[in-house]
Amino acid sequence: MMDMSRTAASQADYVTTANRGFAVGGPILELEEISLRFGGVNALTKISFNVLEHEIRAIIGPNGAGKSSMLNVINGVYRPQEGTIKFKGKRLTGMTPPRAARMGIARTFQNIALFKGMSVLDNLMAGRYLHSKASFVEVALQLPRARREETENREAVEEIIEFLEIQHIRKTPVAKLPYGLQKRVELGRALAAEPKILLLDEPMAGMNIEEKQDMCRFILDVNDHYGTTVVLIEHDMGVVMDISDRVVVLDYGKKIGDGTPDEVRSNPDVINAYLGVAH
Amino acid sequence: MLYREAGQFRTTYAQDSQLLPLWQDKVGMAAILGVGFLVIPFVASDYWLSALLIPWLILSLVALGQNILMGYAGQLSLGAAGFMAVGAFACYNLILRIEGIPFLVALFLSGICSAAVGIVFGLPSLRIRGLYLAVATLASQFFIVWALDKFGWFKNYDIAGVITAQPIIIFGHNFNSPQEKYWVVLGIVVVLTLLAKNMARGSIGRGWMAVRDMDVAAEVTGLPLMWTKLQAFAISSFYCGVGGALFAFAYLQTVEPSAFTIDLSFRILFMVIIGGIGTILGSFLGAGFILLTPIFLNIFFHTVLGKAVDATVASALEQIIFGAMIITFLIVEPLGLARLWQLTKERLRLWPFPH
Amino acid sequence: MSDFNFFLEVLIGGLLSGLMYSLVALGFVLIYKASGVFNFAQGAMVFLAVLSFVGFMELGLSFWAALPVTIAMMVLVGMATERFVLRPLVNQNENTLLMATIGLAFVIEGVAQLAWGVDVRRLDLGIRDEPMPWLADNFGIFVSELDITAGVVAAVMVAALAVLFSTTKAGRGLRAVADDPAAAMSIGIPLQQIWMLVWATAGVVALVAGMLWGARSGVQFALVLLALKAMPVLIIGGFTSVPGVIVAGLIVGATEKLAEVYIGPYFGGGIEGWAPYMLAVLFLLVRPEGLFGEKIIRRV
Repeated sequence: MMDMSRTAASQADYVTTANRGFAVGGPILELEEISLRFGGVNALTKISFNVLEHEIRAIIGPNGAGKSSMLNVINGVYRPQEGTIKFKGKRLTGMTPPRAARMGIARTFQNIALFKGMSVLDNLMAGRYLHSKASFVEVALQLPRARREETENREAVEEIIEFLEIQHIRKTPVAKLPYGLQKRVELGRALAAEPKILLLDEPMAGMNIEEKQDMCRFILDVNDHYGTTVVLIEHDMGVVMDISDRVVVLDYGKKIGDGTPDEVRSNPDVINAYLGVAH
Repeated sequence: MLYREAGQFRTTYAQDSQLLPLWQDKVGMAAILGVGFLVIPFVASDYWLSALLIPWLILSLVALGQNILMGYAGQLSLGAAGFMAVGAFACYNLILRIEGIPFLVALFLSGICSAAVGIVFGLPSLRIRGLYLAVATLASQFFIVWALDKFGWFKNYDIAGVITAQPIIIFGHNFNSPQEKYWVVLGIVVVLTLLAKNMARGSIGRGWMAVRDMDVAAEVTGLPLMWTKLQAFAISSFYCGVGGALFAFAYLQTVEPSAFTIDLSFRILFMVIIGGIGTILGSFLGAGFILLTPIFLNIFFHTVLGKAVDATVASALEQIIFGAMIITFLIVEPLGLARLWQLTKERLRLWPFPH
Repeated sequence: MSDFNFFLEVLIGGLLSGLMYSLVALGFVLIYKASGVFNFAQGAMVFLAVLSFVGFMELGLSFWAALPVTIAMMVLVGMATERFVLRPLVNQNENTLLMATIGLAFVIEGVAQLAWGVDVRRLDLGIRDEPMPWLADNFGIFVSELDITAGVVAAVMVAALAVLFSTTKAGRGLRAVADDPAAAMSIGIPLQQIWMLVWATAGVVALVAGMLWGARSGVQFALVLLALKAMPVLIIGGFTSVPGVIVAGLIVGATEKLAEVYIGPYFGGGIEGWAPYMLAVLFLLVRPEGLFGEKIIRRV
């Protein structure tokens, strides 16, 4: 059984020591010269960075820097006008969200994209779409494969429910849940897909200290236990410094920093961007 | 006291996802089906069977189809009657042109025809939503009825314009009495309802609801938006088509385009809203409500005002009642009669205790 | 008579009837601009307006007395709609509101029938529904005076409202209310007054539209189905655009009549029943926001 409690200090230890479940590997995602424009607005300009397998990569930057757009590009919601994306060394073209999902990329959204008409359990089960291969005829007639899949998916989802400690609300309609729990359920839905890469868009926005600690713990445990690579956008510097392996800093759609938290923290360009020195 | 779940534990996931987990529900359902199949045909009058029960079952089936599209997949449709018409005419033509085709096979194939047409008219849903989609379905309604009317081939070039539906012959037996027609309809409706329930509660239904609630997030879980929407249109139209064929063969006994007007489409819409959007039970409750209201009005006028009600006054009152109920339900209880029933059941759980 | 003259006649007839569609669609646009709601019951309101107008005259009121009475009644109906149907559903999604207005349409139709009965009424506006002599004699084109008058009235009303929206204070207030009622209130725009103005205008438009259509085809229940015909007009023109409504009306009217006359005979007629909707669907696939509407952007 894993030690579920961590203080901030031991979280920092976690990142630097070698006692994590999966050692950081080679590049799983490579972004080269990505440029994204909306009409006349340059959302992203020639962004290049990579994400190593099993690492926790943070994307930070002031508001409007293009962080969410970056995530949307990785996951196929937006198509960049220029640049390439490589997944495990293979060049990808024509990325769409379903295709990203099939490749093992899951994500959460800044403004909670849960299915408001369904319960927590159903939302998580919906996240198992790629593991529900039975056709509608099989489901309608409740043929063995459909029944088996339903039970197997339920087992997988119950593991996640236990992991995220949301047993008490599993049948509650998500619309009735407080904000913090909704964010946790959304994380659960992303985990339900058993992804290789988890894209988290401000997973701790609007949370208090305890909720943030819980979320940190979940993210670290997912990375440690399943080896899931995590790319997260976050504003809380404490969280970023504590749990991430490496950080990318964006400002006005351009990359202005890339490295370990310590390197980024002492980068003058980054400091200027946040403190707003006159250009 | 009676309706308690205490002591009934589900120890496996399979048990938890049963359709009727409580034994009270199992017994209740068995009783309803037993009464439906074994008691009613012998007890109810021909009028009750032909004018009330049969149309109620058929329209519930169509409302179920509409519910699949609107309630589960969130696609607004005003074209249910059009797809019914496709089913009716398909069934007529199949029996006419394919010698010796069994009725049930023809019925099934009519549903498939409706599904195909449904897919075609569902294509706009890939790009538009809400009101715009409603207009596209209106287009389907008007176009389908016009086409079935104008292209003589569908009516076998019958100049009278009103075709008699062929008799329902299953395994050599001619089902032509009200009781026999009722059995056929009840059997088909029970089976199709069960299939719909299984789909709605399983991965298929979750896929539809995901599309309804937030299609971008649905895509992110890997769901192919286009296929899922078209699948909803196809299955929904299948139900409407089978319902339409039964409407012509087991109820009206005629096959004519003028039976499938925009007015019928609106009625089906009302059944879904009043009954409860996105529920299977709601389709039945809504259909019952819409069918029974004119009758209640009649009885009301007779007993309270002591005279027969003027037809135009009756129809005007009907419209006011339906419209007012829609508005009231949407404001007060958007989940309709089905939700009210659910709340009653929850009260029953505690009865005779207040809480 | 030459083929071209015949074509012109059909075209002009179509354009004019298209303008009348525009007039009906105008009522929709007004409500939509002010409250963001598509009022499916607008057709029923047209029907109620003109039926009541004729009914009041039958009860003894003169033409010019019945006019303000009917308009006042329509304003009341509008305010009641806003208070009892729209306000309780203020945060619901668009489908819910649409279904509520469908319910409202049925209520209004039922009330109209209950109050005034189902007989078809004649409405005599003093304009003849006969071919205009000048056009007939000089060009061999037979277009009715009534149609021309209707077209002119419709064009004038639409133009006036377009100007009103863009230049006057009330018009700007309206657009502010449509965009964000809470914000509009917070800068002092009187919400109730604006809405009353909107419903009054919509009521007047409904009455005029009803009068013109009623004079042409009799005041009967079929007027309600006009509401359905207005939907393609709105889709093609864009829900929020007053000038769009004219252009779209012209397109729909012309297409409908031309299709019926030139393609109709091959199929035994009836094309005008569905042609406008198919046209609207095509537009939706190519340009969903309509010719002049605002582009709908969805942010993730």
